[in-house]
This record gives sequence, structure tokens and C-alpha cells, in this order.
Amino acid sequence: MEFFDRFAVPHPSPLIYASMVAIGLTVIAIFLGITYFKKWGYLWREWLTTVDHKRIGIMYIISALLMLFRGGADAVMMRLQTSVPDNAFLDAQHYNEVFTTHGVVMIFFMAMAFVIGLMNFVVPLQIGARDVAFPRLNAISFWLYFAGAMLFNISFVVGGSPDAGWTNYYPLASTDFSTSVGINYYNWALQISGIGTLMTGINFIVTILKMRAPGMKLMKMPMFTWSSLITNIIIVFAFPVLTIALLMGTFDRQFGTNFFTSVNGGMDMMWANLFWVWGHPEVYILILPAFGIYSEIISTFSSRNLYGYKSMVGSMAIISLLSFLVWVHHFFTMGHGALTNSIFSITTMAIAVPTGIKIFNWLLTMWKGKIRFTVPMLYSVAFIPLFTIGGVTGVMLAMASADYQYHNTMFLVAHFHNVIIPGVVFAMLAGLTYWWPKMFGFMLNEKIGKWAFWNLAIGFCLAFFPMYITGLDGQARRMYTYSEATGFGPLNMLSFAGAAIMAIGFALIVYNVYYSFRHAPRNVGDDPWDARTLEWATHNPVPHYNFAVTPQVNSSQALWDSKKHGYQLFKHDLTEIHMPNNSGAPIILAGLFFIFGFSFVFFIWPGVIVSGIAILACLAYRSFEKDDGYHIPVKEIKETEEKFGGAKK
Amino acid sequence: MKLKWILLSLFITISTVLIGCEPVLVLDPKGPQAETTANVIWLSIATMAFIVIVVFVLLVIILVKYRASKQREDYEPPHIEGNHILEGIIVGIPVLIIIFLSIVSVKSTYEVESVPEGYEDQEPLVIYASSSNWKWHFSYPEQDIETVNYVFIPTDRRVEFRLYSFGPITSFWIPQLAGQKYAMADMVTTIHLAAEAPGEYMGRNANFSGEGFAENIFNVTALSHDEFNTWVDEIHATAEPLTEETFDRLLEPGHLGQMTFTGTHLEFSPAPEGEHGGHNHGPSESSDMEHDHSDHDDHGGNDDHGEHDHDSHE
Repeated sequence: MEFFDRFAVPHPSPLIYASMVAIGLTVIAIFLGITYFKKWGYLWREWLTTVDHKRIGIMYIISALLMLFRGGADAVMMRLQTSVPDNAFLDAQHYNEVFTTHGVVMIFFMAMAFVIGLMNFVVPLQIGARDVAFPRLNAISFWLYFAGAMLFNISFVVGGSPDAGWTNYYPLASTDFSTSVGINYYNWALQISGIGTLMTGINFIVTILKMRAPGMKLMKMPMFTWSSLITNIIIVFAFPVLTIALLMGTFDRQFGTNFFTSVNGGMDMMWANLFWVWGHPEVYILILPAFGIYSEIISTFSSRNLYGYKSMVGSMAIISLLSFLVWVHHFFTMGHGALTNSIFSITTMAIAVPTGIKIFNWLLTMWKGKIRFTVPMLYSVAFIPLFTIGGVTGVMLAMASADYQYHNTMFLVAHFHNVIIPGVVFAMLAGLTYWWPKMFGFMLNEKIGKWAFWNLAIGFCLAFFPMYITGLDGQARRMYTYSEATGFGPLNMLSFAGAAIMAIGFALIVYNVYYSFRHAPRNVGDDPWDARTLEWATHNPVPHYNFAVTPQVNSSQALWDSKKHGYQLFKHDLTEIHMPNNSGAPIILAGLFFIFGFSFVFFIWPGVIVSGIAILACLAYRSFEKDDGYHIPVKEIKETEEKFGGAKK
Repeated sequence: MKLKWILLSLFITISTVLIGCEPVLVLDPKGPQAETTANVIWLSIATMAFIVIVVFVLLVIILVKYRASKQREDYEPPHIEGNHILEGIIVGIPVLIIIFLSIVSVKSTYEVESVPEGYEDQEPLVIYASSSNWKWHFSYPEQDIETVNYVFIPTDRRVEFRLYSFGPITSFWIPQLAGQKYAMADMVTTIHLAAEAPGEYMGRNANFSGEGFAENIFNVTALSHDEFNTWVDEIHATAEPLTEETFDRLLEPGHLGQMTFTGTHLEFSPAPEGEHGGHNHGPSESSDMEHDHSDHDDHGGNDDHGEHDHDSHE
């Protein structure tokens, strides 16, 4: 029995027991369902072992949506708890766990996965490639992310959640002050999914640099591909810092080293520095692909070419460079003195210039255009003013002296949600709606989509604008409650109302998927939005080889040129297509990593050793495996193309 | 569309009413440091409002003018690559705004990091403010008294708070008097401030520090010089001395009410500054280790971070 005691949740409550039951029932239901419909074989062959970038992208997006609901439930609980003074819905410890998991889940397992999912689906199509450069590595990336996400999520019911905030500052995160295994989970879940992200970064840099269709010079890439290239370069530079910082944290917590302690020569401030050296570029890892998506959507629905293409690329390059030079602004209040703070204050504000260029370029793209207010466009149009507000409050926070008053308050919380929700989340929803017909061959219902949009946009304003005011009135972030005398009550109630409206918005999106799946027409054609970029030059849904014939590209909007100026995209005849084989190795490897991580969290050394050896064995096996993929014969391609109404030529 | 405007105007009305009743703390300064930050905040709000309005107006004009429903069926939007003059403007104006704000930021940062203007000639009243889970200990070495969870300061007097922590990183914040600064276990940081109006102010730890974080607050009372001295004398007449055992009990995690003692804990548990700093590698090897309850030691890191903040502005 003693062995199992460690898995008990240290602060149990009815809420946790209810989730245990819910998780158990869901897992059983899924297993029984798949068995009943005899879908195990299909699932294994078509999805779990796939190396197809499109399916991996879709799996990333499904996981991201699941995590969105997990993180969203956390968010609603937090807003409910703080909606009235002295509320007793959650106690302090639970509130601390809830906001910690909310942050971690939303950043690492929702936003990152959503961004990488869309990249996976869209980038190879936009550059006219058959797949990414390393398809199996791509599958490993996804399954490692998934293993990390699952490991993190079981912490809630097995052993206890982390409770030191998503920033996980030491010494609060050390074993002195956080005695449960929660932060071990934090270290290992992020470590495992972080390895996956790093490999994604390498994979996509190679893909974009080496696998573009003939004629697609760097400056002829669609803007989303450009943003993905720059994002992945940031990933490759930033993620190793997180890897090392997490490892040092693991050593501190599990082997008694003193990297981040305040005794024996350790330095707690070093964690904050390392975390934000990764953490600030991370912000741009999320927002740059969003910028790319908005660029595609605004250009498509204004029926205009993207204004200032070169300055768009240039500003992203400058942002990526500056993103590594601003991390200190996350802790101006640590007491580095006026000189250091002044320097980082200026570098931070400098980012406003390239970002401003982009805002004006989007406005100028719509100028003289023919604007169609579809759902993706509504998100993009709402993004511009809301993100501008988020951006300028960022400049306000960048002023070091004033930051001494904003730091750690609800003002800061309002700011970063104001950039992340209209910036990243709206972009992901817009991108998902926009590329949905590419993924599934039917469109999402516009009317329900618009209702969802308005709920989200209005809910967002109600939920987060009041926080600017309570922050200036002295409400620190992460307070589980406050007294009535503070006067924070009414505005926090308004925030809760906003959060509830947003929840309705997300529920409408789920309903929209169900409704459209049931009722939407399936004959949407290849180009339902009258789009401009290469991914719309193939069929909906995309056949697994992407393009029957590799396209020849002449500009960043090759499809538009072929539609309007008679440019010929497909010049060659059909030939055999070389494709990669599916493999079960990635999911097995990720399963082993999950066991490794779980065992490490609980100091179960036999599990660590056995799974560690098994991981190495998997890698060794792969080194000696000979797998040249397979070839699709011309006849089969023809048959597939017939189904879509004739080969594209 | 209509619903949005109704809700938006409702929201604006509510917020103006709320702001109207009582100014928010940060924008209701009671001392020179908080006044500087409040001015910077107002200035930045005004500048930023200008930018937001420009973007809003442009956006609305473009959306109204170029929406598809308003255009001819056969309208073909032109292909426009870019325009150097236009791009010069959209780069140039933001650059000018950023230069302006940078100057304001740097100047005000130096201001709030140094002794408040007009107080340079005064001797500071030094108060050590140290946090433990989840309390604040205020030690007055000169007056030889110590308080828990409340602090009295004389008005119109230069006050120097020296901050450190007996546990996680905390952030010392009195919104109406000055901005925050972290209190950490291995070094001492300093806040210079002055209160220019008598009254009671809210002070708190703003940095999440665990279970008792929400209630980690303290009261600040600013009162005239004479009243302050009377208060100190009263403590010497009535309070118990702070012993090492008592202090160790105070450090245990939990919440305490307001408490008052004579003597300070600095005598037996010195602050992590100078030779006691967490990153100081001074000559003493282990001479003062026995009496060291602040969890730091002397043969730690190889650098002098413990030195480089405090006292650097004097």
C-alpha cells in the first residue's frame, strides 16, 4: 500500500473526485465505442501510425481544442471564484493549482499545438510539397507533445497539480515550498513536449528551405509560410534554453542540487532569467504565425494582394531578433537598477515599430479592396483594433517606471490576454474556419460561426477590459480572493459575465462543427473562398499526395495569377509519386517517454531505467531500419483525381 | 452590431461611474514617487489613446468604404505593391512616438529609483521590510523597534525601505506611495519614497508566494514627525522585546495579526547585505553561521550581485 500512497492527491476535494470519475468514464466510453464500431484497425492504420503532415496537423488541432476546453474550464472556475468578494468556491491551494494549470495548458498544450497544427497542415501545401522534410520525425514530434500533454493533465488526479504559477519561480517551486510532485510533473511534461517542439522547429526550417516548389523563391513564399519559417527559427534558438532550465529545475527538486536555491551559491533569479529568455521569444512563436494567418485571410477577403510584402517579411525578421533582447521587462522590479531597466525598456518599445508597420499594412491591404465579411474575416477585422489596444498597453508596460505599478497586477493579466486572445486565439479560429474545407471537404456554417464570433468578441471585452481598472486599483494577479472593502467586486463580476459569454461562444463553435458535419454540402469545389495562394490549387479535401503534379510557381499568389492572368501552374505530366511509409515507432516511442516521465516524477527508478533503455533501443532500431517509402503508380493517381472530377492541369 | 454597441456603452458607463466614485489607487498618489509614475501613466494613456483612435478611425473608414456590398459587381481591386512615402510615414511616426516615450521612460525610471526630489539632503529613515510566509516584518534599526504587518512612517521624510525575504520572492508594493520591488532571500533591494499626506495606505505583497498570498497585506500609516516619535516612545514603554525564539515562531508559515516589539531581528539574524549577502564571498568563512536564521551563507556564489543594487543611488 505504501507504494500507492504517493499517487494520492494531496488536497482532495469533491471537484477532483468528480473529475476522476469523469476522466474514468470518458476513457471507458472511448474504448468501448472504438471496440464496438471495430475502429481499432482503422485508427491504428490511418491515424496513430500516420506520417502524413495533414493528419498530424489535424491531430494537433484536435488535441489543442481539447486542451482549450480544459484550460477554459480552469479560466471559468477562476473568474467564478473571484466574481464576488470572500468567495469560498475554491480554496487558496486549489485556486493556485487552477491558475497554474490554466497558464501551462493554454500556452504549451493549446496555443503551441494549435499553431504547430495549422503549420503542419498548411505549410507543405503552400509550398507545393508532398510532405515535410522528415515525416517520421514529425510524427514523433506530435506524439511527444501528446505524451507531455497527457502527463501534465493526469497530475490533477494522480499526485497533485503544480501550484507555483506557469512561470514557476524558484524558490517557491523548490521542494522547500512546494512539496507535492506537481512541479516534477511541470518539469517532465514540458520537457517531453518541448523536445517534440524543438524537432518540429528543425523539421520545418528544412522543409521550407529545401522543399519549395520550383520557382518559389524565398520572396515568393506566401506570408503564412514566411511567418512559419521565422517562427521555427525562433523555436530552434529559444527552446534549448527551456530544456536546460527545466533540467536544472529537475536536478534541484529531485537530486538536491542548488541551481535555483537561495543558499549554497544557488540563485533564484537565474530561473526567472532563463525562463524569460525562452519565454519572451515564445510569445512571438505564438503571435508570428497568427500574423501570417491574418495576412492570408485579409488579403483573400479583400480581394487584394498583401500590401507591403517586403516590409511584412522585414518586420517579422526584426521582431524575431528583438524578441531575444527584451526578456528583462518581465521583472523590471527585481532591482537591477535604472540603467538596465532603461535599456530593456527601450528595446521593448522598439518592437512596437515593426508591429505597427504590420497593422498599417493590413489596413492598407483592405484599402481599395472588396471586403467580404466572412467568419475568418470577422475575426481578422476584430483583431486589428483589439490587438492595437493590447499592443499599446504593452508599450505602457514597457515604460519601466510605470511598470513598477502595473507589475503583477490584473493590468498585466488584461494586457497579455488582450494580445493573446485577439492575437493568437482569434487567428487560430479564423485559420481553422478558413482552412476547414481544405481539411474536411465541407465548410463550417457561416451563421453559427458569426454568432460564435460575436459571443467571443463581446465576451472578451467584458472579461478583460475591467481588469485594466482593477489592476490600477491595486488588485494583484493570482489572488484567490479579496475583501469587500477593496471594491473589486463589481468589476470582477463583470469579468465573470464576460468569461461566461466566451464559454457560450466556444460551445457554439463545437455545435457548428457538429451541425456542419451533418448538414453542410460536400461539393464546395477546390477554391470556395476565391483565395490566392497555392494550397487552394489542389482538391478539397486534399488527397494524401497533396498535388498530383508538382506546381511551378511564379509569385507569392500563384493561384490568383493562374485564375486571373492565365498563368499555368501545372506544366508536367503525371509521374509516379514517392511517399513515406507509415510507422508505429513514433507512438511507441512517445509511450515510452510517457512512462519515463511518469516514473521520474514519482522517483520510480526501475521504471525510469527500463523505459530509458527501451527508448534507446527504439532509436537504435531506427538507425538500422531500412525504409525507402513507397511509390504511387500513375494509374492510381489518375483514379484518385477522377473522383475529384479530373486531374488538375 | 447593435448589441455590441449597447454592451460597449454599458461597459463604458459602468467603468466611468466606477472611476468617477473614487480614483483608482495607482492614480491617486500620496507621495512624489507615486506621483511620478501616475504622471507617466496618464501621459502614456493619452499618447496611446491617440494611436488607438487613429487605427479605429482608419479601420472604420476602410470597412465602410470598401465593403463588398457597397461596390459594383465587376469591381476589380487593384494590385498595389507599396509606396515609399506612405511606408515612410507608417514607420516614421511610430519611431517618433517611441523615441518620445523612451525619453520619458528613462528619465522617470531614474527618478523613481533615486531619492525623491527635494529630499536629497535629509538623512533617510531606514526601515528593513522582510517578508516571510505570509507576513511582513518591519525593523527600525535606528528606533530599535520591530512591527509585524503594519508600518508607521513620518510624513515629509525621506524613507528608505530595504527589502528582503525569508522565503519565496515577494514584491513590496504600496500603490499610493511608490511602485513595487522584489524582496528576495539572497540580496537586499531598496525603495526610496516619501509620504506627503498623512493617512492610511494599503500595502501588499504583489508577487505570488504560495497559499497565503492573497492575505499577505500590511497597513501603512503616515503621520506627522511628532506623532511618529510619540508612537516610537510608546512602543519602548509598552512592548515586549523581540527574542530569537519569538522571532523563529513568527517565521513559521501562517498569518499573524499586527504585532509590535522592541529591538529588531537584525541583531541576531542580519539582512543578506554586505558580508551577509547570498552572493558575497567575503573573508569570513563560518564565523557567523551559528546565528544565521535567514538561510544564507557566505561562501556562496562567485559574484557580487548582493552588492550591486542597494546604496547605489546615494
